[in-house]
Amino acid sequence: MLKLARGIGIAAALLVSSSAIAQEVEVMHWWTSPGEAAAVNVMKEQLEKKGIKWVDAPIAGGGGQAAMTALRARVVAGDPPTAAMVLGYDIKDWAELNLLGDISDAARQDGWDANYPDAYKFFGEYNGKWVATPFDVHSTNWLWLNKAAFDGLGVAEPTDWDSFIAMLQAAKDKGLIPLAHGGQSWQDAVLLGNVTIATGGIEFYRKAILQQDKQALGSETMRKVLERVLQLKDFMDSNAPGRDWNLATAMVIKGEALTQTMGDWAKGEFVAAGKKAGDDYMCLRFPGTQGVVSFVADSFVVFNVSKADKAAQIEFVRTLMSPEFQEPWSVLKGAVPANLKANDALLDACGKKAFAEYKEAAASGNLVGAIQLFSAPAAIRSAVEDVVSRLLSGDLNVDGALAGVVASADAAQ
Amino acid sequence: MTIQLSSVNIRRVGAASGRAGSLVRRHERLIARLLLMPSLISSTIFVYGFIAFTLVLSFTDSKLLPTFNFVGWDSYAKLWGLNNWHVALQNLLVFGSLYVGICVALGLLIAILIDQNIKGENIFRPIFLYPMALSFIVTGTAWRWFLNPGLGLERSMHNLGWTDFKFDWIVDSHMAIYTVVIAGVWQSTGFCMAMFLAGLRSVDREIVKAAAVDGARGITLYRRIIVPMLRSTFLSVFVIQTHLTIKSYDLVVSLTGGGPGNSTDLPATFMYDYTFTRNQMGVGSASSIVMLLAVAAVIVPYLWAELRDRREKGDAK
Repeated sequence: MLKLARGIGIAAALLVSSSAIAQEVEVMHWWTSPGEAAAVNVMKEQLEKKGIKWVDAPIAGGGGQAAMTALRARVVAGDPPTAAMVLGYDIKDWAELNLLGDISDAARQDGWDANYPDAYKFFGEYNGKWVATPFDVHSTNWLWLNKAAFDGLGVAEPTDWDSFIAMLQAAKDKGLIPLAHGGQSWQDAVLLGNVTIATGGIEFYRKAILQQDKQALGSETMRKVLERVLQLKDFMDSNAPGRDWNLATAMVIKGEALTQTMGDWAKGEFVAAGKKAGDDYMCLRFPGTQGVVSFVADSFVVFNVSKADKAAQIEFVRTLMSPEFQEPWSVLKGAVPANLKANDALLDACGKKAFAEYKEAAASGNLVGAIQLFSAPAAIRSAVEDVVSRLLSGDLNVDGALAGVVASADAAQ
Repeated sequence: MTIQLSSVNIRRVGAASGRAGSLVRRHERLIARLLLMPSLISSTIFVYGFIAFTLVLSFTDSKLLPTFNFVGWDSYAKLWGLNNWHVALQNLLVFGSLYVGICVALGLLIAILIDQNIKGENIFRPIFLYPMALSFIVTGTAWRWFLNPGLGLERSMHNLGWTDFKFDWIVDSHMAIYTVVIAGVWQSTGFCMAMFLAGLRSVDREIVKAAAVDGARGITLYRRIIVPMLRSTFLSVFVIQTHLTIKSYDLVVSLTGGGPGNSTDLPATFMYDYTFTRNQMGVGSASSIVMLLAVAAVIVPYLWAELRDRREKGDAK
């Protein structure tokens, strides 16, 4: 009996010590392209320096859909990873199910409340507890231009709708494809978001897109937004439907098209093609949205883990949220750091501009969630995407689309 | 042909064991049952168990993950109120009828042509059958490139100097569903052909000769005598193709991604979207139950007819 007890004691001691040594985090994500994989490596290296083993669980494909499906399966099976890449309103959906761990301790230790703007806290917290780590800033209200093509037009940089249209028209007259666009519903939505801010201003965007206020959604302003989206269709080539975003970016890089409106992950394509910001390509804010930053933030949610694994999990999120990690990460990912205390020394010209604008927008309250993932729960968001896609594919006219966006507000019920 | 041969063999074996005595037969039955057990258990759990689970979910308001907050028929009501679902159903109707219809007609025609004992049959057969070896994903991707106006057919024609040539169905939301039909037909016609060819080859040559003696020739011979004898082949082809239509997912995803807009969504893509990307698992489950019922409506009468046929044959013996 005594022997047995001693045996158990030793076994328990062994268990405790082994778990103390084998600190590891298993992280599920869908960063599998070469540029993204290089960025993930930064994460891995920084953690390994702290003695935490990185167990990679990448799931390629489908813009994260495949990864989300796999994550669901693992969570239902009772075997969640330490953390998983979950973005935007999906964080709230997961938190609502009481599955996420609490990392408020890390937040207190490192002062996240002071270092991150409120718009970010909104996606990191649930019921007053930190459950996720929105750690970088991608913004979607950008216009990427081929500099040579732009210079050839002899027009000034567009700053409002009229000069934007004039620029596109000039390109069309020269036989260029003015606007490279990929006709997939999320890209259509990026377009809608930018035109909404440019047309109605940030307060209107908040009301219509973030709060789904029916009055705003049915207003004349919204009609104008939809008309303008349709107006842009005249400047796209007819092969746009179904095109992937990076192929549209390639058209701008090659000079077949003048410009693309897309999140700054498009910059990664320019960099990969060996192009230089300012010399070969230009980054302008979508005309009419200067001063506003509509963001998409990469983030991980953390799951409830055993006490032994908690320490590694906390260390992992502290790393993610630190400027030391975010600075090199952002360079490789084409984003900018979300930590307001970060330094912009490593960033390129477009990155420095983006980081400065992010800080300004954070201070002035002009920082809003992008329509893609960060505007509303999935049900509502995809209902809006459906409408704008059908508008652009010619299935709906402006009246039909206007009725459609008003109805989309009910999609969640 | 081989299938029929082996079924004859099985019957012979069965008859032999009948003579050998009931003890051996009982043993054989026991072994057969034991061997069937694992697959029986696994299909009970993984097929019927999950069908039941989906049925349960369709009566809940599950969103991101399964939850068990029952809301009655709400998900079904929501489902039938969704424009996307109606689009998907209309597309299914268009796609299903054209795909099955053209496959059957074309498959039968090619099979009849090959059945003329032409030279080089061994070359033609694999050529027509070859697309079957590809998955729908590959078919979809290849046709997406081929049909893309800026990349495939239209551009080649323009390069060849025929600059008026226009074929842009894949980017036209009213025509895109027909491109799915084209790709699907290309893939499956060979299969229909093989089925019909097997059917044609199993037609009793004596009957054909007798009909020829009575003066039936060429088209009449096929129309009046041979094709009506292929009734069971028709039924098999029809059932297989129809249930494939209802389940179609990969072809649409790889060919058009459901677009432009959502003009080529089918019920299966709708189900995946709502269950896994739009966090509306309840609605997604409801749609898969509706699809199950649709498949059942096709398969069950077929199975019933098959079983009845077999029983009648058994009685005759």
